Amino acid sequence: MSESSIAVELQGIWKRFPGVIANSNINLKVTAGSVHAIVGENGAGKSTLMKILYGMQKADEGSITINGSPLVFNSPADAIAAGIGMVHQHFMLADNFTVLENIILGSEPKSGGKLDFAKAREIISDIANENGLAVDPDVLVSKLGVGDRQRIEILKVLYRGARILILDEPTAVLVPHEVEELFNTLRDLKKQGFTVIFISHKLDEVLSIADEITVIRQGTTVGRVNPHAEKVSARDLAEMMVGSQLPTPQSVGNTIQDQVVLTVENLRVIATGGKAVVDGVSFKIRAGEILGIAGVEGNGQAGILDALMGIASSTGEVTFQDEAISKKSTRHRRDLGIGFIPEDRQRQALLLEAPLWENRMLGHQTKAPNAKGFWLNPRGAKADTKRIVAEYDVRTPSIDVNASALSGGNQQKLIVGREMSDNPKLLIAAHPTRGVDVGAQAAIWDHVRNARQAGLAVLLISADLDELIGLSDSIKVLLRGKFVADADPATVTPQELGTAMTGAGKAA
Amino acid sequence: MTYLKSRRFIGAAFTAITMLSITRTITSNGDLTSTVTIAQALVFASPIALAGLAGIWAERAGVINIGLEGMMILGTFGAGWAGWQWGAWAGVLAGIVFGAIGGLLLAVATVTYGVDQIIAGTAINLLALGTTKFLAILLFTNAPGGGQAQSPPIKGEIPVFTLESIVTPLTALHEKGIFFVSDLAGLVAGLFYNMSLLTIITVLLFIMTSYLLWKTAFGLRLRSAGENPWAADSLGVKVVQYKYAAVVFSGMLAGLGGAYLSIASTIYRNGNTAGRGYIGLATMIFGDWRPGGTAAGALMFGYIDTLRLIDTGNQNVKGLILLGAIILLAIGAWMLRSAKRNAAIGFLLLASVMVGAYFSATSFPPEVAQVAPYITTLLVLATASQNLRPPAADGIPYRKGEDH
Amino acid sequence: MNFRRIGTSLIAPAVGLFISLAATALILIAIGANVITIFSSMWTYGTSPRAMTLMLNLATVYFLSALAVSIGFKMNLFNIGVNGQYILGSLAAAVVASNLQLPKVLSITLTILTAMLVGAAWAGIAAWLKVARGVSEVISTIMLNFIAIGIISYLIVRTSIGTETGVNIRGTKLIPESGMLRGNAFIDPETKVYGFFIISIFVGIAYWFLLNRTRFGFDLRATGKSATAARTSGVQSTRMIVTAMLLSGAIAGLVGLPYLLGQTGSYNLQFPTEWGFIGIAIALLGRNNPLGIAVGAIFVAFLDVSSGQLVLEGVPREISTIMQGLIVIVVVISYEVVRRNQVKSEQRSVARALAKQEVSA
Repeated sequence: MSESSIAVELQGIWKRFPGVIANSNINLKVTAGSVHAIVGENGAGKSTLMKILYGMQKADEGSITINGSPLVFNSPADAIAAGIGMVHQHFMLADNFTVLENIILGSEPKSGGKLDFAKAREIISDIANENGLAVDPDVLVSKLGVGDRQRIEILKVLYRGARILILDEPTAVLVPHEVEELFNTLRDLKKQGFTVIFISHKLDEVLSIADEITVIRQGTTVGRVNPHAEKVSARDLAEMMVGSQLPTPQSVGNTIQDQVVLTVENLRVIATGGKAVVDGVSFKIRAGEILGIAGVEGNGQAGILDALMGIASSTGEVTFQDEAISKKSTRHRRDLGIGFIPEDRQRQALLLEAPLWENRMLGHQTKAPNAKGFWLNPRGAKADTKRIVAEYDVRTPSIDVNASALSGGNQQKLIVGREMSDNPKLLIAAHPTRGVDVGAQAAIWDHVRNARQAGLAVLLISADLDELIGLSDSIKVLLRGKFVADADPATVTPQELGTAMTGAGKAA
Repeated sequence: MTYLKSRRFIGAAFTAITMLSITRTITSNGDLTSTVTIAQALVFASPIALAGLAGIWAERAGVINIGLEGMMILGTFGAGWAGWQWGAWAGVLAGIVFGAIGGLLLAVATVTYGVDQIIAGTAINLLALGTTKFLAILLFTNAPGGGQAQSPPIKGEIPVFTLESIVTPLTALHEKGIFFVSDLAGLVAGLFYNMSLLTIITVLLFIMTSYLLWKTAFGLRLRSAGENPWAADSLGVKVVQYKYAAVVFSGMLAGLGGAYLSIASTIYRNGNTAGRGYIGLATMIFGDWRPGGTAAGALMFGYIDTLRLIDTGNQNVKGLILLGAIILLAIGAWMLRSAKRNAAIGFLLLASVMVGAYFSATSFPPEVAQVAPYITTLLVLATASQNLRPPAADGIPYRKGEDH
Repeated sequence: MNFRRIGTSLIAPAVGLFISLAATALILIAIGANVITIFSSMWTYGTSPRAMTLMLNLATVYFLSALAVSIGFKMNLFNIGVNGQYILGSLAAAVVASNLQLPKVLSITLTILTAMLVGAAWAGIAAWLKVARGVSEVISTIMLNFIAIGIISYLIVRTSIGTETGVNIRGTKLIPESGMLRGNAFIDPETKVYGFFIISIFVGIAYWFLLNRTRFGFDLRATGKSATAARTSGVQSTRMIVTAMLLSGAIAGLVGLPYLLGQTGSYNLQFPTEWGFIGIAIALLGRNNPLGIAVGAIFVAFLDVSSGQLVLEGVPREISTIMQGLIVIVVVISYEVVRRNQVKSEQRSVARALAKQEVSA
């Protein structure tokens, strides 16, 4: 084997947090000039490992060697000085600043006390042109889309002289053709001698771009694979990640009844500024039917959700079980039997600084067991919370702890349990298993499937295409506020769906 | 950027002078734009302007500073206490230092301990009020010329300049009463009449703020602390340090504003600030968190304050009401154009009430003048608050390393 | 009863009290006063029957003021305008009461309703400005305070609402005895505890019930904890904001009544105008909880009453204001520190408990 140099070597990394071991004896070896992927489940420890590499956390034990020299990082500044740059999953950009200001922040070129804007512009355009990253430096970031923002994050890193780039879940928010653009950029960077470390759990993509793959499970390294040298499939990788057989979301059988639960006709939602984020959407859902909506984030899903729940104003007809609810309040709609699992659980579905039993009441505070008319019924709520905790396997020592004390997955289980109580007729679920570990995901799918059997109608919005295809009875594709395609979950593949989601073709 | 700003500035100034001119002509009240009035307006505007500038520094770094009133009070007290013993400049220095202490307290509570910024600011106002009242009784009761609630007169003065060569001819021009030209003359003359060194310092501070915050790396980093401190931290910016610097400097500016008040009235007096710290915050909001707009707002308040105070024949208040009506009419008309019907109707209604009041009453009770600044603040905020954007992370407690 | 929680919530006020006492002692030493004699003479006077009566009376006022502020705080609304709301409410109440010749129960009821209506209306202006024009209620309520003072001055000095009620004093007509609530002298034979004391206890109980046992109260607390979650759960935020501000103003309107109906019987320019600010301090101390507020009100009232003694020792009584300010600052900082620790320790104990469960499972 030829002696290619090792750009990054992490040996024996241990990191403990109160109550949990995030990294236990992790080893990582990244060849210089390669694209190296790190894969693992949510909570496996990938993010923590990268934070250690970037100097945002300090390992309890273990060593970091960069290009052969052992180094100690006390802050991101040290890592930056060593030539490491991190492109975060949640972009760190100031919306009210221009592209230029965001890029140079913290490393501004100066000329005699004053900020040298001209020089900054020069440097940035040089880097941008060298690496094929076109960008207008004077645009306000608030006006940019996701793909552009990511490009700026990469520029930020290159501007500071990084030769080793860490990308944390870079394709989570990208559309298939944007993913291709990103990968082309990465291939270009590789040619120029940059080293790229790539964290992801999207195994198909990883297999198409990575030269080496490290698999992490429950805080430790379980394997290192070279996809060019060995034959390895996404399924193989998934099993290494999870360590057991993967569950399938496949819905079985036809449970659709005749009764139409929800009818939406020509729904339009206008955002401030006049743009129609939802532009004439119509659909029907019957009892026992799960309708899935596929679409890239930002194509109107939030508008549909908010309009259906009465949070955003809209035009068009919405009929729930023969009652026209377009003008009715959120509370009225909930009282009628519509359950809602919102997208942003911490901000929309939970009171973090309230105990679990009070969170049980949230959204259902007008009915039993939480209330008797005007008055609250804490005892009833507490008893029912205990039931939900048991039925939905919410891991918590008691129902009196604050919601903030629970992990994300357990919070989601509580929310799902809450919304499925009270016998809803319609469940509107946005990314219901986002951030939930695999076991809990399967349990939630089971609950949904059982309720569907009993006649529950579900509107499902999800970015997890496997979940969407597996659970739905029918799928509609949402693009720029309109439905542009229908898909049959029995026959469509994630690739076809992804293509339809970006408007590049029609699905079967 | 700059040529756009100067065009807007000229446009705004032109509109303002025209409205003033119309009012003066209708009321035939030369006092509205006379040299003396304008000069005095600057004096009254400066403390408010300094409070507004103090607000900008803190909020641009992401910290809401409700405690401005308290820091101003500390400044008035410091100036009174040091001023009567060691002279006016000592008073200025002491005012700045006392205000800085208030700022430091706010910084510790909000930046280090993450206390809600509005609560911390309110607590500081309470503390400042009590402390100054207490110390006033203790230190001033037995001092020569002092009393339980006020200090002895401040020794010495801050130098004051008058440029005769400009003031005399322009004042003569003002007396002639020619539409627009005379008013412009009065305005310009007022700038050069009895111009205090402190006012000049205030103007310089405004210019310095513009430069520092928008043209230097220091300013970019400070503003990043208010826009996205987590992003700044990930790039190695020491966010906590910048927040501290901004808030303490904010306190210093507020303290300077308070010192200005004491020196202008020659003594410290309990309650001298009369809510100017809050009015300063209003000018900051009105000015979209930028020095230029804030100065404009402060000038407006200073002008109103002045008219009220030198209102010998009770005529100035009438003129103010008419001017206010004209401005509200203009705002109402503009809102109609931007399709804000309800707000427009509200403003036009108010304008008509004021016009009616102007023509029907011969004089107004002094209480109207007394509450004019506060009603104006409400109107200003009612107009301006909705469409303006504070810094994105303003008011959000920041903790290093925490996910947001 | 969660004793650990009660314990941790007492730490902050205890720390605040300790630091404030220490700082006060330092100030006293610095100005050459004898700390021991001062504290002991304050205590002796403060525990005398007459002082206790005065303290209960003042505490009643402070309690109501803090309750008014708390409703706002629970919604993350800052009603700094209690001053303006209660002086207008008291003036209106005085005018109405002085023109009534009705049996006591009716008269008092109408007086209370007037005060609450006027207070609510004044707060309503700020509420409308906030929901319709996005004006921060912090600034608008403060401006309204100043405007209220101007209105009152005008009404008393320049209209027929004010008459000569004493030597060089202009105020409202005296309220007839049938409209007063002078109270009972059950602690000290010479001084009466205001009749409104009992009413304020009921107000406190009603407040607790409203906030913790009704759907409306749940909605209100939820909005304060997370406005987005509350909205998703069906709460209409605009309606909530307006209702909360109106309620806050209504309670604020009552603040002047204990004194008006228990002692003066007339509203004049000597009427205290600063009770709103003290309410803010006590609401912060009492953590927006009626029991905490009651304790805080009694404590602050005790300080205020007994500090009257300080004048005899040559110490300005305003030292009690400094104490209050210090306590507030230290307490809010301590609360925040305790809260953060609590969140972290809860997460840790949950993780530990779960780990134990998994091992034993």
